[in-house]
Amino acid sequence: MNTFDSIIIGAGPAGLKAADTLANFNRKVLLIDTDAKIGGKLNLWDRLFPDFSSSQELLNQLSKNINNENVTLKLNTNIISIKNNDNHWMATDSNGNTFYATTMIIATGFDVFDAHRKEEYGYGIYKNVITSVDLEKILSGEVSIETPSKVAFIQCVGSRDEKVGNNFCSKNCCICAVKQTIELKEKFPLTDIYCFYMDLRMFGQSYEELYRRSQQDYGVNFVRGRVSEISPTMDNKVVLKAEDTLLSRPLKLTADLVVLMVGMEASKGTKILGNQLNINNTDGFVKSTDRYLSDSETTLKGLFVTGTSKRQMSIPETMNDAVNAAVIVNNFLNTL
Amino acid sequence: MHKRYWNNYQKEIAEDHYFYARSCIRQTFFSGSETAFLKMMTDELGKDIFDDSRQHTCTGIGYHSDIIPLETISTVIARLFSLMTEMGYENFVPSCITSFGILTEITELWHHRPDLLEKTRELLYKATKREFNVPKNIAHPCDIIYKFREDLKKNMKYQLVNKDTGEPLKIVEHIGCHYAKAFPDRGVGGAEFPHVLVGMIESWGGSVIDYPERRHCCGFGFRNYLVQANRGYSLSNSNKKLESMAPYEPDFIVANCPGCTMFLDRWQYTVAEMEGITYDKHGHGIPVLTYEEMAGLLLGYNPWELGLQIHQIQCEPLLDKIGIAYSPEDKYKDAYGKQLFPPQKPNNLIV
Repeated sequence: MNTFDSIIIGAGPAGLKAADTLANFNRKVLLIDTDAKIGGKLNLWDRLFPDFSSSQELLNQLSKNINNENVTLKLNTNIISIKNNDNHWMATDSNGNTFYATTMIIATGFDVFDAHRKEEYGYGIYKNVITSVDLEKILSGEVSIETPSKVAFIQCVGSRDEKVGNNFCSKNCCICAVKQTIELKEKFPLTDIYCFYMDLRMFGQSYEELYRRSQQDYGVNFVRGRVSEISPTMDNKVVLKAEDTLLSRPLKLTADLVVLMVGMEASKGTKILGNQLNINNTDGFVKSTDRYLSDSETTLKGLFVTGTSKRQMSIPETMNDAVNAAVIVNNFLNTL
Repeated sequence: MHKRYWNNYQKEIAEDHYFYARSCIRQTFFSGSETAFLKMMTDELGKDIFDDSRQHTCTGIGYHSDIIPLETISTVIARLFSLMTEMGYENFVPSCITSFGILTEITELWHHRPDLLEKTRELLYKATKREFNVPKNIAHPCDIIYKFREDLKKNMKYQLVNKDTGEPLKIVEHIGCHYAKAFPDRGVGGAEFPHVLVGMIESWGGSVIDYPERRHCCGFGFRNYLVQANRGYSLSNSNKKLESMAPYEPDFIVANCPGCTMFLDRWQYTVAEMEGITYDKHGHGIPVLTYEEMAGLLLGYNPWELGLQIHQIQCEPLLDKIGIAYSPEDKYKDAYGKQLFPPQKPNNLIV
């Protein structure tokens, strides 16, 4: 029987950091992910806000940290069921293999909002409408494009939007757009960039400063107004219709490229496991017992949750949360 | 690419046995469309559809002018349903897109507010001694034609193809706001890229134009037109839309709403008279058809029985393009073959 101190489901930044921390407490950890490689959504980004550090370097470091005898890594493993039996947790994968542990940590994270759902923005219909995830491939050089003359960024795609059922703010898109506009301007200095927003929520350290620099040093234009729809033009560009709510005027902008800043939804895995164990909120994220006093615990004894399985977080917040969860799990194991 | 989230979405559309409710304004503006639809249903498709002479308004124009109380709308709709119930039908088919929108909205309201449904039953009974069932299915005639488009195609004599070039006709489709904008799941293909007219066009050989103002208002907008002082908004909205589609050189426009069909057609005359602008190269304007007229033409129905001569933009160039046979001398004859006076000609628009 495969028995561990803890099974961590999800090998993104939260799962990796929790595994590393528990291993340092000399706990035996099984780290499981459905993907063929570790890193989760960290793999989708090239550089990170607000300091433009390399996501790959961070991932390499996280990978190095879990490379020890206390951590067993199982990739390509899709956990379809979690059960508790006599104070032991069992996780069963789609091949029928069952893994056992004293505790379990859900670190199944988030999914990027599927921009096809906002049909009015034409993602998947017009080739020059892309998402912030697609743009990372352009910024990293993996995909090359001709120099665009005008690029529009649209914030809050799939966030703060009752129409798609997501009333929450995804929190990271504002600063991510600022980062990406600067990177795009560095790559294409002659390109005019317009960023359509509802509010800009520069909550983190040095975010506001980066926002200021994007305007003063890079000439990015921020327009307060939500885009209503995107349509094609005869010369294969797209027209955005919006209202500039500071000027109280409708406006149209013809752009060569539109970047949709897609939000963060509870991942499919988070929703499935949360539903199964009846521990999720109405928005699909897993509910902790108490946001202030026991934010890593769930209502089920021995089952813990960390990172963006709970709510939207930045990468540093995710990893700090994972350390917290690992300490709580270790304390729990000490009490047994 | 070209992945559309709602593309394959199909709403529930009843197979047969429909209770038909005519439109207040369509019989005036598009005099042959409703008759053509009934003919298609019975003669082409062999369906059972009942056209009740006792039917009445849905209150649509009053509703969208903010002059009818909710209880009144609800009770008037209930009376229409009581006619359907009395005749033994369960599937309601309103000809007008605004009626479709109102019926959808009221039945949805009843679903969430059973107290309002009960009050409506009470009010209707007090006023008329009538009772009613809520329809099992509410579909617009365009939904039904869409559903049976391949069956209709088997009987069609023509296709949406230019007979000289063999190229598909380039068609602008325009969907009425009240079809799917309020309730996207009540329209085939959803609200942003509804597939109901696109499906007909593509099945019948044509191609659809995707242009910048595709989803822009047709110009009707009820209060834009009904309040006389606002009519400039109506005209400028239609103008914006027509200007946007003109460079794509559409062969015609097809719409599923009486207001859209009316205003996209009639305002072309107004703009031509005011500004000397027509939206096609030859000065004829862009023909605007109802979906029944489009289907009827392809089925070989007489264009003058379909009522195309009372459109503002005349259809002969389009008929010639498709190769549809017609008799010019019969254009202004009444149902008994008596020659009527031809209408006055506009100054700028060629008719």
